[in-house]
Amino acid sequence: MRPQEFGAGMSENKVKPMRKVAVVAAASRQEEKMLDTEVELMIPLITEVRAKTGLDQTDIGFTCSGSSDFLAGQAFSFVMTLDAVGPVPPIAESHVEMDGAWALYETWVKFQMGVIDTALVYSYGKPSPGSLQDVLSTQLDPYYVAPLWPDAHSVAALQARLLLEQGTITSDELADCAVRTGTVENREDYFSQPLLADPLREADCPTYADGGVALILSSEEKANELCDRPAWITGIDHRIDAHHFGARDFTAVPSVRLAAQNAGVHDGPIDSTELHAAYTTHDLLLRKEMGLDIPEVPQRSYPIQADTLMASGLLRIAEAARSIWDGSANRALAHATAGPILQQNLVCVLEGEQD
Amino acid sequence: MTEISVPSSLDGVEPVQSVRTPIRMEYTFTPGVAAQTYLREFANKKILGNVSPVDGAVLVPPRGADPRHGALCDEFIEMPHTGHIGSFCVTNVPIPGRELELPYISAWIFLDGADIGFLNLVAECPPEECRIGMRVEAVWKPDEEIGMTAENILYWRPTGEPDIPFEAAGVRGWHVRKQGKTNA
Repeated sequence: MRPQEFGAGMSENKVKPMRKVAVVAAASRQEEKMLDTEVELMIPLITEVRAKTGLDQTDIGFTCSGSSDFLAGQAFSFVMTLDAVGPVPPIAESHVEMDGAWALYETWVKFQMGVIDTALVYSYGKPSPGSLQDVLSTQLDPYYVAPLWPDAHSVAALQARLLLEQGTITSDELADCAVRTGTVENREDYFSQPLLADPLREADCPTYADGGVALILSSEEKANELCDRPAWITGIDHRIDAHHFGARDFTAVPSVRLAAQNAGVHDGPIDSTELHAAYTTHDLLLRKEMGLDIPEVPQRSYPIQADTLMASGLLRIAEAARSIWDGSANRALAHATAGPILQQNLVCVLEGEQD
Repeated sequence: MTEISVPSSLDGVEPVQSVRTPIRMEYTFTPGVAAQTYLREFANKKILGNVSPVDGAVLVPPRGADPRHGALCDEFIEMPHTGHIGSFCVTNVPIPGRELELPYISAWIFLDGADIGFLNLVAECPPEECRIGMRVEAVWKPDEEIGMTAENILYWRPTGEPDIPFEAAGVRGWHVRKQGKTNA
């Protein structure tokens, strides 16, 4: 079956939110290498979003986080980080071993169930203590691929080669994307760079960073009390492509196309996009799959410049919400990805009310 | 289930029962601000605790947070090297990798002035004489062997002083102390 047919068959699954949910506060921090523990990193961020909304932990209906034991090098590492939340008296809490954007999705479902009015969502990642290239290798098929330890840039290069040879993208487009996302000054600088993982150059690949992000979500009943211009989640969906490389067409991302469709991306104009694109190839491919133009407004931050595994996706949602709060956007798209070369994709549309 | 067909050259070959794909990853662990401060002073034979900014509770060892409230703790306090046993366990079976003589006592030790306890060994005390509320003191390694490690204290031994009453020992003491603070 061609990937396109998947989309055709499932397009009726459009998500219709039953209950309005808004992002009302965010705090984030990224640095190339942090010496703080995950708890020391998250306390100021969680404290900040609670202070912005005036909510105490006891006022928050649900707390959900995303992180990875493979980054911390320790089992059940997220339990330690609850020290940054303060689970006394006992709280309703959950965790996903995924980017925090999926913790937000779980939380959004909890809102739809009608059991909460406010929630704290956070995620963090500190790749600096270990080798992220090795950590990312361990997510590959454990029998045939992971034992070969392919590094993340090489896997991305396999995909880039196919895209270039097939003509889906050109090297000029890669150069322009690198300029647009700020990894080089101009085309000449791009082409003068040596190839890092042929055909990818350093400017095509992410710089990794330690970091964390915390958000407060609210239901319709409370959002306007907590925020001047709530960023309403009007559509959200996540989809996954096959895990086995052999079963995937590297030049297409049907999962993101579907997620965008189901999140209602094309139901109105998008005036701000925050893509979780760690590679230039991913930025171009995501735009093609979701039918997005090259934006006039730059992203508030680019994962290719500072990619924090487990937090980059949730940070996209935070940045999109910030565009709504400061009035620079009325309808913003946030995208998150996980897994090798855009395997899993989440698309979230945020909207601000217009006078 | 579908019959799997294999090349005839594999006829009668023993099926693969398992595969080994060893994974080894190395990390350079950073202890963070609070643990770093603690370990540096521990190498000077000082035990530090954190003071909670919420209610003044003293937390040993310091982790930079009052975990009950998610509050940042950046105030440190030097602790005495004496305390009492909040609870204990006598181990009678050997554990692989532990070279301790059996039986040995693991205890939850509350330093004087601390509001939480931590795990350590108790020795120079027959197991049948160990009890909740018993006063203990630290026995340090020889000075030349002391470093930035949790192994600095070899074990804790009884001081011979009168016990702390059961009601005030360990975590129960938390509630007694808290009540005292509230009443005052």
